[in-house]
Amino acid sequence: MFARIVFNIVQVFVVMLFAPLLAGTVSRLKEIVQSKHGPSIFQPYRDIWKLFHKREYISEQSSWIFRFTPIIVFVTPIFVALLIPVLTSYPLFFAFMGDMLGGGFILALGGFFATLAAVDTGNPYGPMGASRTRLVGFLAEPVFMIVFFTVSFVAGSTIPYIVQQRWVNPISNFFEPTHILVMLAFYMLILAEGGRIPVDNPSGHFELAMIDESKGLEYSGSGAALMKWGGEMKFFVLICIFLNVLVAPWGLARTISVKELAIAIPLVLAKVFLFVLTLVAVECSLAKLRLFRISEFLGAAFVISVAAMIAWVFAV
Amino acid sequence: MTYSTQAATILTQLNALAGAFFLLSTFGMVATRQVQGCLRFFILQSLFLASSAVLLGLHPLSWHLIGVGIINFINKPIIIPWLLRRTISEEVYKRREITQALNIPISLLIALGLTISAYYLAAPLLQVGAGLPALINLPIGVATLLLGAYILTVRREAVPQLLGLLAMENGAFFASIAIAPELHLFVELVVAFDVLIAVFVIGVLTRAIHENIGTTNVGALAALKEE
Repeated sequence: MFARIVFNIVQVFVVMLFAPLLAGTVSRLKEIVQSKHGPSIFQPYRDIWKLFHKREYISEQSSWIFRFTPIIVFVTPIFVALLIPVLTSYPLFFAFMGDMLGGGFILALGGFFATLAAVDTGNPYGPMGASRTRLVGFLAEPVFMIVFFTVSFVAGSTIPYIVQQRWVNPISNFFEPTHILVMLAFYMLILAEGGRIPVDNPSGHFELAMIDESKGLEYSGSGAALMKWGGEMKFFVLICIFLNVLVAPWGLARTISVKELAIAIPLVLAKVFLFVLTLVAVECSLAKLRLFRISEFLGAAFVISVAAMIAWVFAV
Repeated sequence: MTYSTQAATILTQLNALAGAFFLLSTFGMVATRQVQGCLRFFILQSLFLASSAVLLGLHPLSWHLIGVGIINFINKPIIIPWLLRRTISEEVYKRREITQALNIPISLLIALGLTISAYYLAAPLLQVGAGLPALINLPIGVATLLLGAYILTVRREAVPQLLGLLAMENGAFFASIAIAPELHLFVELVVAFDVLIAVFVIGVLTRAIHENIGTTNVGALAALKEE
């Protein structure tokens, strides 16, 4: 019991500590591929450190939503990290609190408050970015639902620890068309939700073209740091859900032992690094879509997820 | 589970996976605007067709099906695109935004509906007592047949229309390798050459149209020319 609580807290700390490293690695690798030098992979840590030591300015016109949003954005990925398998393939202490649907709701809560806060200050770019995020969000929602229903239908459960075992037990299940198509659809979903290149340019500084970034433009000081860190953690958590629940539970700790947990951390980071390589390949080979072409991108994701469902419902 | 049955299930799953990607590349042909992208999705589709034939031929071992796969691998992804590129000028492939009768999201939804109805259409056929491969290949083949007909109807350009026709042929082939695997190899060769000749003739026709009226938008050719 005690070990499970400690492991759960370790899991949260892993997410908190390595999320900025993930962001730094992605941007550094992208710069290398584009034959530039690029900032160090530890740059996000320095940014967060610097922002925490700056003064925070809050508009007098803004309401409590603006002040609370950074905390909510920071805390929601931590809650999700308590629920999902990040390092272990067995449920930890707090995992009983919610299934995958619960995790999805908690992540959506953070996004909801970030949208409200962007509208709150009356900055012209904030509501524009917020409405665009909602556009992407409501196009991504049906994909998420179909993926979720298909996965829980195939595994007969909504609990991530049962779902992840379904794909590798026996190993031929890994090559099921449903599995591969669900992976593909969720990958496209991560690109859309994480503000990655075919949908949004994460390194762009042009406010009129921003989708995800413009929501946090009004924040300064520790608020900006929390928003940045929270966004990076959300991306890390999404990748963990993808790699550990939807792909395969490989490299996770199987028993309650400190040694296995210590081995699991580098293995999970290696998996995340492989994912980052594919992400960099995608981001460097595609151009950002025009705003009204995003519906086609997510429409394709929707078609793939429905094909996954058809492949399961009709073929077996 | 013994080693050979496990290998057999993995092969079955891989065949199902090839089928899924086969269907997805057909969706890609429905959804892409550029003529070149459409051609690329056709190449992918043919590759998955060939790989499905080879996978079906591996267990139980049938050199015949592997031969069919090799013929398809050489014919459709290599010779047909080469022939199309030689006959029709490069300018046609670079053209974007093919004018479609319906826009792309609606096309995709219709394509999904067609796919689901294909599964219902294939269900009574499967009850006759088909093996496991037919269970996977027949509905996907029927779906691709319908989607090819849909591409043929909706597209206005000559090359995507031809690709729709070839997609229909691919769909029929995809079903046939599962339900009639023991067709004579000569028949397969004849079919391959038939398709090649059809592509060549339509390609030359398209070239002639392009040279005469400067476009391949055959959807606009509604009336005969008066002399």
